[in-house]
Amino acid sequence: MSVLTASFGTLGRQVLGTLAAIGRVTGFALRVLGHMLRPPYYPRELLTQLLAIGWYSLPVVGLTALFTGGALALQIYAGGARFNAEAVVPSIVAIGMARELGPVLGGLMVAGRVAAAIAAELGTMKVTEQIDALTTLSTNPMKFLAAPRVLAATLTVPLLVAVGDAIGIMGGWLVSTSRLGFNSAVYLQNTADFLQVWDVGSGLVKGAVFGFLVALMGCYHGMNSGRGAQGVGRATTNAVVSASVLILASNYLLTEAFFSA
Amino acid sequence: MIELAGLHKSFGPKAVLRGVDLSVPKGTSTVIIGGSGTGKSVLLKCILGLVEPDAGTITVDGRPARQGDRDAFLTKFGMLFQGGALFDSMPVWQNVAFRLLRGTLKMPRAAAREVALDKLRRVGLGPEVADLYPAELSGGMQKRVSLARAIAAEPQIIFFDEPTTGLDPIMSGVINRLIREIVTEMGATALTITHDMSSVRAIADRVAMLHAGKIRWEGPVGDMDGATDPYLTQFISGSADGPIETLR
Ligand SMILES: Nc1ncnc2c1ncn2[C@@H]1O[C@H](COP(=O)(O)OP(=O)(O)O)[C@@H](O)[C@H]1O
Ligand SMILES: [Mg+2]
Repeated sequence: MSVLTASFGTLGRQVLGTLAAIGRVTGFALRVLGHMLRPPYYPRELLTQLLAIGWYSLPVVGLTALFTGGALALQIYAGGARFNAEAVVPSIVAIGMARELGPVLGGLMVAGRVAAAIAAELGTMKVTEQIDALTTLSTNPMKFLAAPRVLAATLTVPLLVAVGDAIGIMGGWLVSTSRLGFNSAVYLQNTADFLQVWDVGSGLVKGAVFGFLVALMGCYHGMNSGRGAQGVGRATTNAVVSASVLILASNYLLTEAFFSA
Repeated sequence: MIELAGLHKSFGPKAVLRGVDLSVPKGTSTVIIGGSGTGKSVLLKCILGLVEPDAGTITVDGRPARQGDRDAFLTKFGMLFQGGALFDSMPVWQNVAFRLLRGTLKMPRAAAREVALDKLRRVGLGPEVADLYPAELSGGMQKRVSLARAIAAEPQIIFFDEPTTGLDPIMSGVINRLIREIVTEMGATALTITHDMSSVRAIADRVAMLHAGKIRWEGPVGDMDGATDPYLTQFISGSADGPIETLR
């Protein structure tokens, strides 16, 4: 009996703890959004972050997409061969990249790069009292640090996804024409014929949501970092893990919302 | 005029401030002394609202610190953090001119840079450091840059958390004189934390000693040497023997 109540107690505490964490993160997100909308704005910071988050993530996202597009072509060719349906390779590569793999893999790569970098930077700033110093210099850290990062990621990750889609499709084309005997012009024609605007558009919307979540997790964990190097390390790990899980979970929900009949 | 009454602050089970009462008169220089870890830095952070006290009141110029326009409140203050707390993503001059480049005190970039160079000169740093990044400076230089940042916007109230720790004796003398000048010439109110007794004598109008979470002794600097409080005399003489525990 007492074992039962004890385990219910533990479960209850965990549920409450999780709910409290969700509440804190939601509150943080709303405050960031509020600061994004209300002046003063910090255009210089935004520009720096657009470069740091968007531009410097291009190689990582591009390479990921290239190899994924190539592997996808091989798999679909092998799978399609079982039904004599090898001709679906171009369309499925394109749809798969645009709807799922482009945004999800791009988002995860950005989570690894950007959420970690933001959490480590802001965590270090917290630990070395730079965030306190900002406050005493009449500058709101949420507005100066969090808002530009979250806005920059929300704006640039869709662009990264678009580039990733194109490179992924190109990877599929490269493998299909060089290894699987597809005719280049026919492949490209097929891709263009089957790919619809919403295939790409839905992926871009996902990219915006993922970008928002990645930067939000980086900022939240960084600004709430514990003391010392250990605190910063933990904040960085938590930022990457929570951003990755949130990307995969929200991806499912968005797919359900966009495409379930 | 800053008045603290019954200020309490604990971190978990650890009671750091246990009823601090202190008043800092306008236009004077008050120095807080006390062993390391007694909560001197926490005390300054409570006044600035960076740390939320558990109990007690803080008034600045007769108004409660937590009410009214926070921006206007903070504009009155300059703070030198114990660790410097320079922004390492910005070159030195932008750190010093931070307040002058944005917000209510914003001025043209060229003018802000001029002010920064002037303040750097006052803390004994030449224009060649202006475009370096904080990480390229020694600890003592960072401290002085941070001091320049604290005074850049000529605030009415300035907090210095261990301004001379890590500096050589000559540079300490320069900084002590600077703090004194800021009070006598600019009429600012200064609240300084230091362990350095020669600094205390150079800077202070009044001295307050924090011990065991309370103000143990307070008075004009001239009365310090004649005081009979055993805690104060032990601290001033730097003796290992006395009522202050060496294990803390
Ligand atoms: N944010 C914090 N969380 C937990 N403990 C803290 C925090 N800030 C300060 N402390 C503790 O409060 C005590 C006083 O710290 P501090 O004010 O920095 O001492 P000092 O008098 O040397 O400036 C120390 O024991 C320190 O560990
Ligand atoms: Mg201290």
